[in-house]
Amino acid sequence: MDLIGKKGFDFIKNRKIAYIISVIIILVGLISIIFQGFNLGIDFAGGTLLQIKFDKSVSTTEVRNVLSEFNLSQSTIQNLSENEFVIRIGKIDSEQRTEILTAFKENLTDLEVLRVETVGPVIGENLKKLAFYALLFAFIGIILYITVRFEFKFSIVSILALCHDSLIVLGIFSLLQKEITISIIAAVMTIVGYSINNTIVILDRLRENIKFKTREPFENLINMSINQSLSRTINTTLTTIIPILTLYFFGGNILSDFALALFIGMLAGTYSSIFIASPLLLEWNKIFKIHQKGIKISREKDKK
Amino acid sequence: MNWTKTLRVTSVLVVIFIAVFLSFPLNEKINLGLDLQGGSHVILECVDTPNALVDNDAVNRVLEIIRNRIDQLGVSEPVIQRQGATRILVQLPGVADPEAAVDLIGKTALLEFKDEKGETQLTGAHLINAKSSFDQFSRSVVSIEFDKIGAKEFGEATKNNVGKILAITLDGKEISAPVVQEPILDGKAQITGKFTVESANHLAILLRAGALPVKVEILENRSVGPTLGRDSISRGIKAGIVGLILILIFMLIFYKGFGLVADFALVVCMILIVGALAGLKATLTLPGIAGIILTIGMAVDANILIFERIKEELRLEKTFRASIDAGFNKAFNTIFDANVTTLIAALALFYFGSGPIKGFAVTLSIGILASMFTAIVVTKIVLEVVAVKFNHKALL
Repeated sequence: MDLIGKKGFDFIKNRKIAYIISVIIILVGLISIIFQGFNLGIDFAGGTLLQIKFDKSVSTTEVRNVLSEFNLSQSTIQNLSENEFVIRIGKIDSEQRTEILTAFKENLTDLEVLRVETVGPVIGENLKKLAFYALLFAFIGIILYITVRFEFKFSIVSILALCHDSLIVLGIFSLLQKEITISIIAAVMTIVGYSINNTIVILDRLRENIKFKTREPFENLINMSINQSLSRTINTTLTTIIPILTLYFFGGNILSDFALALFIGMLAGTYSSIFIASPLLLEWNKIFKIHQKGIKISREKDKK
Repeated sequence: MNWTKTLRVTSVLVVIFIAVFLSFPLNEKINLGLDLQGGSHVILECVDTPNALVDNDAVNRVLEIIRNRIDQLGVSEPVIQRQGATRILVQLPGVADPEAAVDLIGKTALLEFKDEKGETQLTGAHLINAKSSFDQFSRSVVSIEFDKIGAKEFGEATKNNVGKILAITLDGKEISAPVVQEPILDGKAQITGKFTVESANHLAILLRAGALPVKVEILENRSVGPTLGRDSISRGIKAGIVGLILILIFMLIFYKGFGLVADFALVVCMILIVGALAGLKATLTLPGIAGIILTIGMAVDANILIFERIKEELRLEKTFRASIDAGFNKAFNTIFDANVTTLIAALALFYFGSGPIKGFAVTLSIGILASMFTAIVVTKIVLEVVAVKFNHKALL
C-alpha cells in the first residue's frame, strides 16, 4: 500500500540543499548585522521624529537645507509624497523643534505637523530591555508548551526554526538598513508565533503518523507528513500573505515596514516549516542514535 | 434537525447577535487609540535642579498642577498618572494641536519680574488670577491679578523702577519688557507680548495653574495630529476590506462549496472580533487594525486544516457525515496547538509592549480566539446542516 497516496516531493533527500540555502541567507544577514549593525529607530536609539505635510510640494534638498541651518543636516529625510516628509532627527528639545518648524514655514511654505515622536535615551534603553524580555518570554513559553504537548526534541527543532525565521527578518532589515522600531519587534514576535503554527501542523501530523504507521522508516514518515500537510501549508501561507500585502500597499507608511517584516517572516517561516524543522528531527535522531519506532529499516538504509 | 443541533444553532446565533448588539453603533462603541483619534502620549520625569530637589511632595504637586492645566485646556478624558517615584504619564486624546498641549504641560512656568540689572523683583507665586483678553488696540494680552501680598510686592517693584524697564520673563525667557510709567498699587497688570489669541490663552492657563515646584523633562512624547489619525483609520479600513475580499474570493476559488462555508465563518469571525473589542472596551490602535487584518488570513487557516482533513477522509470512501466528524476530530488538536503557540507570543507582546503594541497584542489574541471558535463551532454546525441536505459533491 502506498502510504503517501501520491508519492510527493522527497524533502528528506533534498534537505541538505535546503540547509545550505538557509545557512547562506542567515550568514549574509549575520555579516550585515555584525559589520553594518541595525538602523535603530528612535524607539530604541532615542531622538525626534517629525512627520510633516507642506502646503505645496517641496524637495528633499530644500528640507535638508533648512535643517543644515540648525546643524542637523545628518537627519534622515524620507519623502512620502511630494509634500509629505518623515524626518528623523537626533535629540532636540521642544524649543528647537518649534524653531525648526518656524524655519520651515518661513523658508519653504506653510505646513501641518502630522506626527511628532520624541523618545529620550532612558526610554530607548528600557524598550530594548523590554523587547529582549518579550522575545525571551515567547521563546521559553513556546519551548515549554511544545515539550509538554509533544516531545522535547520537537520543541528544539521548532525553536531552531524560529531562530532561523527571526534571524532572516533581522538580517534582511540590517542589509536593507530598514529601521528597527517596536513595530518591527512586534512583527518578529508575530512571526515567531505564526511560523511555529506552521511547524506544529506538520509535527502534529508526524506525531500521528508515528503512532499509527509504526513500520515505516522515520524519514518516510517525515516526508509523508510534510507532503500530507503541503497543500494546507501553501494555502494558509497564501491566505496570510494576501492581507499582509494589502497592509503593505494600502496601510500607509507607518505600517508598510511592519508589513514588510511580516512578509519576509512568513516566507521564511513557511520555508523553515517545510524544509528545515521536520528534517532536523532526523538529524537529531542520528546525532543521539535514537531508534524511532520503525526506525530499523531506516538504519539499514543508512548503512548502504 | 434534532434537539441538540437546534440548541447549538441557536446558541451560535445568540453569540452573533450579542456581538452585533455590543458593537452598534460602531463609532461610539469602539475605543480609538491616540494614534487613530489624534492626541498625545507623554511621559514626564521630575528632575533635580540646584534650586529644587525632587521629593514625593514635589511630584504630587507637579501632578496636581499638570492636572489643573489640562483641565483648563478642556481635554476630555485625559489620563494623568504617576508612574514610579519620579515619572508622570499623561495621555491627551483628541486634542487638535497635540504639540501645543505638550508644550503647555511640560513648562515650569515660573513667572518673574526683573529689573534692568536682571535681578528678580518678584515672581508669579502670589498671582490669584490670570486671563487672556484684548487691549485697546485689540492685541491679545494677559491680564493678571495679585493677592494682597503680591500686590504690595508688585507696588514696591514698580515704585522702584519708574521710568525703567521691568522685564517679564517666563522660565528665564523674556516675554515682554515694558517701561514702568507709574507705580501700580492695585495689584492688577496687563502683559503685552507678541501674543496670538491662543498663546495668550495658554500663558493665562499656565499662570493660573501656577509654576511647577521642580523642573520636568519630557522623556517620551508621541503625538499624532487628527489628520493623520483619520488618514490611518481610512487606510486601515481600506487594507482590511481589500484583504477580506481577496481572501473571500481565494477561498471560493480553491475550496468552492467548502470555501463558501469558510467565508461565512470568516465574516462571523470578524463580527465576533469587533463585538469582543467593543464588549471588552479594548482600545483599537493602528497596529491593532493590522492585527485584525492579519487575523483575516489566519482565521481561514483553521478552516483549511479542517477541509483538507475532511477531503482526506472522503478519499477513504467514508460517508460525508462520518468524514466531517473524523476531519474535525483530527484537525482539532492541530488547530488547538498551533493557535496556543501564537497566543503565547501575543501574550508576551501584551505584557512587555507599550500603547499601540499592546493594541496589536489584544486584537491578535481576540482574533485567534474568535477564529478558533468560528472554525470549531460555526463551521462544524454549518457543515452538519449542509450534510443533511446535500451530498459532499455539492461542496467540492
